Amino acid sequence: MMDFGFSLSKSSTMDLGKVDDLRFEQLCRLEPGAGICIGCGSCSASCPAGRLSGMSVRKVLLALQRGRSAGEMLQCCMLCGKCTMVCPRGINTRNLILSICKIYD
Amino acid sequence: MIYEGKQRIWSEYQKDIPDDNWYYVRSCIRQNFFPASERMFTEITRNVLGKDIYETPHHTTCGGIAYHCDTIPQETVMTIVARQFALMTEAGYENYCPSCITSFGNYAEILETWREFPELEARIREDLWKACRREFNKPKYLAHSSDLIYHWRNEIAARAKHKLVNAVTGEPLKIVEHIGCHYAKMFPSKGVGGAEYPYVLAGMVESWGGQVIDYPERRHCCGYGFRQYHVKANRGYSLSNTHKKFESMEPYHPDAIITNCPGCPYFLDRWQYVIAEQTGRTYGGNGFGIPVLTYEELAGLVLGYDPWDLGLQLHQVAVEPLLDKMGVEYDPAAKYLGLNREDIMRPELPTSIKCF
Repeated sequence: MMDFGFSLSKSSTMDLGKVDDLRFEQLCRLEPGAGICIGCGSCSASCPAGRLSGMSVRKVLLALQRGRSAGEMLQCCMLCGKCTMVCPRGINTRNLILSICKIYD
Repeated sequence: MIYEGKQRIWSEYQKDIPDDNWYYVRSCIRQNFFPASERMFTEITRNVLGKDIYETPHHTTCGGIAYHCDTIPQETVMTIVARQFALMTEAGYENYCPSCITSFGNYAEILETWREFPELEARIREDLWKACRREFNKPKYLAHSSDLIYHWRNEIAARAKHKLVNAVTGEPLKIVEHIGCHYAKMFPSKGVGGAEYPYVLAGMVESWGGQVIDYPERRHCCGYGFRQYHVKANRGYSLSNTHKKFESMEPYHPDAIITNCPGCPYFLDRWQYVIAEQTGRTYGGNGFGIPVLTYEELAGLVLGYDPWDLGLQLHQVAVEPLLDKMGVEYDPAAKYLGLNREDIMRPELPTSIKCF
């Protein structure tokens, strides 16, 4: 193989047809708000733990929608409820976080 | 859908292209990458179609490369462009035709900016006067040179010596058309077919007998992206974009790719070599790559010009498989004979992709 000093990057393409969404559907049954999130990031912006730990509810939900695991990030959550107060869709984010921990643990 | 309604909607995606009297400006890089393309444009339009195409040696860069690399401010680019318009005005033309897609996007962006902010246009007029004592009229029509070939595609088809048809099987050749991003993604109303249904190259392929391939990554960038290539640390990103396109089009077995941008044919052509050397993967049949041609080169082949006069020997990917399919006659021994049949020397051949 010839070295050009640069090479192909790993593809980030996702085949949503191959994503196992059974657990996400279960999550939506426990907390229907999971299905109406618009990914605005208000929850992450207002999260007091996010600044210190890198935790982001938006990132976690996006990863779960794509069939990836990210539940461990939520271990830093203090259930303070600030995200519930700022959510423009009125999602019960506390229940969302607890439901994620229940299903994905 | 009702036919008349469909026609009405489609008419909104068209643009006015005057039939004659164009002021033509060349690209900075195309003459190095594919040196015969612009020469062939003037040859076809002037000598075959009998059109008035004017160009001047006083033309300079439009500043588009530097602008898109974030190295000069837009006001500087505007003053450069104002000078180009002054040259057009002095020559007595009002239809402006750039050969480069980035120039086309640059001109479209500047004309739109001046329309929105007339005070900025007034300032640029003043700057131009202070810099070189020139004045200008804005072009009445702006069209990319591929728009003109599209406009005259049926006249070219009427004079065709070869069609985009497999000479053995009689089947239409499968062609991938790749539009430069700066053609219609920035200002959709400025391109034929807009950003959603760009028809400028597809129209040529269909008129000349070929079949356009629709594949998932058809509208994906070629990967050039200026800073993605110019900064070596980002070059893998450029390569990966091109790789993504080839992986997407390969299952449809394209016979050739036609492009209308300076960067796209270069990267789609050269990166095939790099991908082959790095991964061993080739996308044409029998270890060859997929030939990548500019629309002028393809028009030249259709009109029966000698492939070596079209500069096809300067492509990285061998074009011979396409020439054989089209039934174009060529002399393999003359491939590396230049002007006056002087030997221009043979390149070192790659190890992983077949070339002649």
